[in-house]
Amino acid sequence: MAANPQPRVKRPHGEVVNLSHGSGGKAMRDLIEGLILPALGASSATPLEDQARIDVPEILGDGGRIAFTTDSYVVDPLSFPGGDIGTLAINGTVNDLAVGGARPIVLSCSLILEEGLPFTILEKMMCSMARAAQAAGVGIVTGDTKVVPRGSADKLFINTAGIGIIPKGVHLEIARIRPGDQLLLNGHLGDHGAAILKARGDLALDADVESDCQPLHGIIAALLAAAPGTRCIRDVTRGGLATVLNEFAGGAGVGMRIVEDSIPVRPVVRGICEVLGLDPLYLANEGKLLAVVPKEEAGAALEALRSCPEGTYAGIIGEVLAGPPGRVVLSSHFGGERIVDMLVGEQLPRIC
Amino acid sequence: MRYVDEFRDPEKARYLVKDIQRLAALIPAAANRPLQLMEFCGGHTHTIFKYGIEQMLPPSVELVHGPGCPVCVLPMGRVDDCVAIAECPEVIFTTFGDAMRVPGSRKSLLQAKATGADVRMVYSPLDALAIARDNPDREVVFFGLGFETTMPATALTILAAERQRVANFSVFCNHITTLPTIKAILDSSDMELDGFLGPGHVSMVIGTHPYHFIAGHYHKPVVIAGFEPLDILQSLWMLLKQLAERRCAVENQYARIVPEAGNTQALDAIQQVFEIREYFEWRGLGSIDHSGVSIRNRFAAFDAERRFSVPNLSIADPKACQCGEVLKGVIKPWECKVFGGACTPETPLGSLMVSSEGACAAYFNYGKMSGEVPATVEEVS
Repeated sequence: MAANPQPRVKRPHGEVVNLSHGSGGKAMRDLIEGLILPALGASSATPLEDQARIDVPEILGDGGRIAFTTDSYVVDPLSFPGGDIGTLAINGTVNDLAVGGARPIVLSCSLILEEGLPFTILEKMMCSMARAAQAAGVGIVTGDTKVVPRGSADKLFINTAGIGIIPKGVHLEIARIRPGDQLLLNGHLGDHGAAILKARGDLALDADVESDCQPLHGIIAALLAAAPGTRCIRDVTRGGLATVLNEFAGGAGVGMRIVEDSIPVRPVVRGICEVLGLDPLYLANEGKLLAVVPKEEAGAALEALRSCPEGTYAGIIGEVLAGPPGRVVLSSHFGGERIVDMLVGEQLPRIC
Repeated sequence: MRYVDEFRDPEKARYLVKDIQRLAALIPAAANRPLQLMEFCGGHTHTIFKYGIEQMLPPSVELVHGPGCPVCVLPMGRVDDCVAIAECPEVIFTTFGDAMRVPGSRKSLLQAKATGADVRMVYSPLDALAIARDNPDREVVFFGLGFETTMPATALTILAAERQRVANFSVFCNHITTLPTIKAILDSSDMELDGFLGPGHVSMVIGTHPYHFIAGHYHKPVVIAGFEPLDILQSLWMLLKQLAERRCAVENQYARIVPEAGNTQALDAIQQVFEIREYFEWRGLGSIDHSGVSIRNRFAAFDAERRFSVPNLSIADPKACQCGEVLKGVIKPWECKVFGGACTPETPLGSLMVSSEGACAAYFNYGKMSGEVPATVEEVS
């Protein structure tokens, strides 16, 4: 279905969601057909089936593969500078497909609503999902809605599952990482984490920072076209760059070295980190990728990243070493070096 | 970034490191064994590890990571008391984030939160007071923790609570004092320290005068140090310069923040609200005379220890833990029997593994594993 940014929504009676909207009866039908489907840009004229039916594209017959992923979104607050739970729920799942080299095709959308959620907020988030889906070129083709008693969930939780198609010949795998490979990042670290901190308001932060929430399949397609030998890609989300590097190094049994001076961090994000004692390497992102590329293709890969709007500030931030296995080392601007480990516990509560 | 980058200039660092090497060669004591310089403060430990400062120093200069991380020296019994208060159904228990993971004998505050206690992280005791005003039907308790650095904020909050007549607010006071602890370390027979980096933020409150006994009585040089990496290197350079010139004095590297007389308003607030305890128990170090403060009688209404019945039991540290020896610099963190095995940042046995300012967690996260220096690797081209 095509997403329609100007839906004709007919809200159910009252102002807020109540338990009857999840009971399977008329109230539920009114909510889904009156609000959710139109806001998502779907037609309520078509009878609702229990499953979406997708034509298997011809490409699969030629050695392509299906990528399938799911993710749940529980961000607090629902809206933040640069995005909201709706844009996250689309872009997050789109990116999980894209980093496997897949072209995202369709998504599902499962909603868990807390009793008392105002219809205005639900509508806003559904419209935002529709816009993000349209921008990413994916359809929302199936879904589900549940309502839970007040206190059993926090306003609105969204699960999206996604299906994409990996073209023949694309095999992005951690096991393919080799010593000498270069590490490429497509831009500034930590914008999303900083935007969430600001939006929570409990730190009285006044900072001009927006989430980097964006779909990455476009820039990844450009990267793979320019550097077909790319070993693997990961979107840098919760746990930050440090977590992805450790997963790569551990998974491939190699070492890694990153250079602090080559990692882009906006001054405002750096300032927030300095004040609160946080490390941008562990802050969440929603529109950043780390790609491991063979050295001989690194120049072309960097050029391709920088030619995309999502990669204007892309750079080579480090390289893969023969060992020690699983160890990530940072060369600091100051001239020392330290180990960059996985985050233990949480730097921040519930980011995405 | 202004006021930050100036203090992280690699050129200046290289110059200082070179001159530290030159000075170290002039000190007779360094010929036979490495010089042992203790940074008292956990904030310094954090900077030292974050910027890899230990690896920049010559082998003749060793840093000993002292007990100045308030979370690390919190004994298990006090954590149990926190949990007991937090588990009262009427209580909202507020705490600095780092303290939430410190293990008690039964559970940590984080585990208490997961099993239903209302435990909330705050960045300032004034936030806790605001929570109390917003929840008049609940009892809001703030976990007062830290050295003289955080003491004034707690004192001012108690004074504000009195002024604003907030009846449902109290403080579980675990504030500790710097000087008796340094004295206990100096009196300890198994230590051989050559000098101290003095705590910068504590000194911002108490000033530089209270340290004179270290130079005068114990004949050890002291340099009060800031928290940026160049601050640390310059302070180490100043210590070595004193040692090379056979002087021992209290010097102030952090003069941009630390006035000689301290902060009189902060000291007044501390004086009004707190009084010295006869003794206070430290994790790993045992009981140290006059090393803690409690809330004065006049403010008894704001003292959680009097408002709630706490178990107040002394719980022995786990037998395998060698936190005390690490705190005193007798052994290095990785020489502890349980380091990296039974005791990791994910499952800390000793609290030195809990806070990012704790020496063991710092080694585990940033530094050497099992005493091994990070592998030499090719520079990124």
